[in-house]
Amino acid sequence: MATVPHLDFERDIVDLQTQIDQLLGLADRKGIDVSQELDVLRGKLQTLKEDTYRNLTPMEQVQVARHPSRPYALDYVQRVFTDWMELHGDRAYRDDEAIVGGWARLGDQTVMLIGQQKGRDMKENLRRNFGMPHPEGYRKALRLMRQAEKFGRPVITLIDTPGAYPGIGSEERGIAEAIAFNLREMARLRVPLVSVVIGEGMSGGALGLGVTDRIIMMEHSIYSVISPEGCAAILWRSAEHREKAATALRLTSKDLLSLGVCDRVIPEPVGGAHSDWDETARTVKTALVEIIAELSALSHEDLLTQRWAKYDSMGAWKESDGSTGS
Amino acid sequence: MAWFRKDKQPLKAQDRRDLPADVFDKCDGCGEILYREKLSQNLNVCPHCGHHFGIGAQDYIDILLDAGSFREMDAGMRSGDPLEFRDLKPYTDRIAAAEAKGRNEAVRSGVGTLDGIEVALAVMDFGFVGGSMGSVVGEKIARAGRAALERGIPFLIVTASGGARMQEGIYSLMQMAKTSALLARLHEAGLPFVSILTNPTTGGVTASFAMLGDVNLAEPGALIGFAGPRVIEETIRQELPRGFQRAEFLLEHGMVDQVVDRRVLKSTVARFLRHTFAGWRPES
Repeated sequence: MATVPHLDFERDIVDLQTQIDQLLGLADRKGIDVSQELDVLRGKLQTLKEDTYRNLTPMEQVQVARHPSRPYALDYVQRVFTDWMELHGDRAYRDDEAIVGGWARLGDQTVMLIGQQKGRDMKENLRRNFGMPHPEGYRKALRLMRQAEKFGRPVITLIDTPGAYPGIGSEERGIAEAIAFNLREMARLRVPLVSVVIGEGMSGGALGLGVTDRIIMMEHSIYSVISPEGCAAILWRSAEHREKAATALRLTSKDLLSLGVCDRVIPEPVGGAHSDWDETARTVKTALVEIIAELSALSHEDLLTQRWAKYDSMGAWKESDGSTGS
Repeated sequence: MAWFRKDKQPLKAQDRRDLPADVFDKCDGCGEILYREKLSQNLNVCPHCGHHFGIGAQDYIDILLDAGSFREMDAGMRSGDPLEFRDLKPYTDRIAAAEAKGRNEAVRSGVGTLDGIEVALAVMDFGFVGGSMGSVVGEKIARAGRAALERGIPFLIVTASGGARMQEGIYSLMQMAKTSALLARLHEAGLPFVSILTNPTTGGVTASFAMLGDVNLAEPGALIGFAGPRVIEETIRQELPRGFQRAEFLLEHGMVDQVVDRRVLKSTVARFLRHTFAGWRPES
């Protein structure tokens, strides 16, 4: 896929891939049999990818989660879902293109799909504000979630944002209120809610679509209260310490699973989701079908009781008598 | 004309008027020197310009609740260190240092009466690690909310916070969800929730319970926002307008219901509860 390495640790992988491509080209032009050499190289590539991706440092995980070739929300829409019908606008101010939403079919089930959407190039990024929503984005999302509730359809959200946009207009129109209101309303929505962190889930901007019955994470996605850079700038007084911050924050999917926040990790193809979008989409689809079926079997009452119990138990503290709670 | 030649005394810098720190305060708003006892009687509001001095959690409990009615909950709850977080200092050291100052986490909570109306109350304390919200803050607020739910009484929160407690990582983020999910239940039960925003209220606290009041009441001049002013300036690379993110700015933009002087805060809350809370009956 990528012919130019984007990340340092990808260089050898890309070099090897280039060799394979060249060999294939050569074989094609000269009509010689290179299958043996190819097998060796492909074997090497596979091993290299496995080794590299099994041993990523937390900061490297962050880089993979932000990889510019990673599938974004609309790439999943195309591959996991059918019959996509996008709906626009918050009915109050404007359409925020950093969040997309609409009806889609997952297998034979209609769902409301809402996702944070980054741009693939500069032009699209300006339109989508690099996936950083304004208040109207969260309000559009809630409007669509309520529509889903009206028609008794499950909601799936795809989380992928560096955070809600910190700007003047954002504050003027109440970004804090928009996120807060979503948190409260999602907590009492009478339909199954599933969130999937597909890339980076940063802070309140991510959580604004994230109060759900199941919190799912892609293997190489990250979910954190603050970016490693932001955390390092505050606690280490310089963004250069981002690697230490990335480690300390425990933001990988494995971390969140062990902390009991993430319910399930969806494995990515060897080499990350960006190495094979279609394969990634197949795994995501299988997982989502299963999860939606499981949640759809619950009554509204059980759904809410379980959702509330889930969030009631979040955290870790020491009681007055010294016992620990969570 | 001898007096023309009179030697001029060079201007001598006067010794700074020595203000005994425990007797006088200088107003940050107008520069007036204020007698601390008078200031305290005036609920730490400058009698000249109305500037609201920062006060602690106990002060708000005293201001809002009827004397002697507060019964504190979970006073001994303490932070864990679930991530074993260490930056320049270990998280446990930061907590220990804050506790050594005699402070008891970034929120205090309990039940009491306000003008005879039983309420659950949580008050944040900016002095404890910047009023940051970790698991203890989230859990204490959720429990106070649950007490309101179980007793069928109104819930009040006084906010003051720099945002999430980063050292608790994803758990600190999830406290936004935890507290908001509790408020969803309170909302469905038809119980009033009053959010009182004081200086400063930013980050994850603003983007959860602070903005979810049936009424949001803000103290004059309080800084209230999601992103801090510095982060915004760095992002947009321009200077922020005067008064940006202050209580009056939020009122103008429709984010708070009223900017309320601390001296009438209790009576304002009481009036709202009488208008909305069915459990209240006028005393005969």
